[in-house]
Amino acid sequence: MGLAIRIIPCLDVENGRVVKGVNFVDIRDAGDPVEIAIRYNEQGADEITFLDITASHEGRETTVHTVEQIAENVFIPLTVGGGIRTVDDIRTMLNAGADKVSINTAAIHNPELVRESAERFGSQCIVVAIDAKRVADVDGQPRYEIFTHGGRKPTGIDAVAWARRMAELGAGEILLTSMDRDGTKNGFELGVTRAITDAVEIPVIASGGVGNLDHLVAGVIEGGADAVLAASIFHFGEYTVPEAKAYMAEHGIEVRL
Amino acid sequence: MSGVVAVIDYGMGNLHSVASALQHVGAEQVLVTHDAEQIRQADRVVFPGVGAMRDCMAEIRRLKCDQLLADALVEQHKPVLAICVGMQALMTHSEENGGVDCLNLIPGEVRYFGNPLRDAAGERLKVPHMGWNEVRQTRPHPLWQGIEDGERFYFVHSYYVDAEDRGLVAGALDYGVTADAALARDNLFAVQFHPEKSHTAGLQLLKNFLEWNGQC
Repeated sequence: MGLAIRIIPCLDVENGRVVKGVNFVDIRDAGDPVEIAIRYNEQGADEITFLDITASHEGRETTVHTVEQIAENVFIPLTVGGGIRTVDDIRTMLNAGADKVSINTAAIHNPELVRESAERFGSQCIVVAIDAKRVADVDGQPRYEIFTHGGRKPTGIDAVAWARRMAELGAGEILLTSMDRDGTKNGFELGVTRAITDAVEIPVIASGGVGNLDHLVAGVIEGGADAVLAASIFHFGEYTVPEAKAYMAEHGIEVRL
Repeated sequence: MSGVVAVIDYGMGNLHSVASALQHVGAEQVLVTHDAEQIRQADRVVFPGVGAMRDCMAEIRRLKCDQLLADALVEQHKPVLAICVGMQALMTHSEENGGVDCLNLIPGEVRYFGNPLRDAAGERLKVPHMGWNEVRQTRPHPLWQGIEDGERFYFVHSYYVDAEDRGLVAGALDYGVTADAALARDNLFAVQFHPEKSHTAGLQLLKNFLEWNGQC
């Protein structure tokens, strides 16, 4: 026995409210991120990821307050991502009670941010989020590229090489989202997941496309992921975290029960 | 009665989670501080830590937290809980940052997990060791009360503690190597994992710490 594979529910939050809603039967306020985080904590989630999609500056102050409230009530690791651009943004979120921050676009514009923040705050709290999409094969081999703007804008950067570089700069973890699969419920893109988990020494969280529990199993066994992130299958009560863990355990995956 | 708990703040990272977890399990008063008088007056002391060892040691020494900690431990004989880098800082030396001399309150080394790291079956293991791993309780201790042997706690670290005196080991973890997950000596308990992030088991350990009289 050893390290458990982590199951991470993800909340998309805008102006302090969970968007896409959460559909638990006995929840008071389906839009309250604090209540939802507490619920996932009680269900035995291994971590919680909070993705801030707020555009306005005022809204982001609300986000800080929400992170503070979650951190006061939830005693499992909390990752905050979305709109993190500077060392100050990272410090603000860590001071609010986040354990890790996830950097996405800002790392592409300024890779040194990853080095600087890892040196300042420690690699353990720096997650680099990679949004990858499959592009035309090269010499018969699949190639995955980094995309920004929700998968609309190509960068020309090879996703596997990028993951390696981010790890060298001091990232403590990679959050890999397949933009081909995100929201499809067709399962993780296992090719890119396996390519990146094999390429780096740091843990990789697979994300994007989970529609059922077999997808979680495949992400770990075929993709080699160290953690699996999902949103809608948990939010809409299709599966609970304990159901997901029990199913993974039946398939020989070590989980925290 | 928990009394006043001083969480020693030497400026490395956010200590709110430790403080709020202690409050959650019933601490009467939690002070996050490096003020000498407040730490001297406190009934129990938590010595946390995140970040790189060289910076941590520099700040610990600059703010004279090394002396405050030694006083709490040896002269005042208060219950002390060291967490993660706080535990590593107690040792003689760490391999991190090209080698750093630490507080030498407990003889032993802090070693890198190694790259590549492999388990007994030859499977590659990721570094940092991040996530929920089982802690084998290698001897009874008041801080293990109500916590099952083999319970999982949340870890995040690339370096691990290897104490010279194996009799001090209270908990072990297996991750390619066998590492010290918990050390206990008199009124000191030190853990590599983060009890403040380890859900029910972690909160139980913190609750036990608040009720501990420093004897074992």
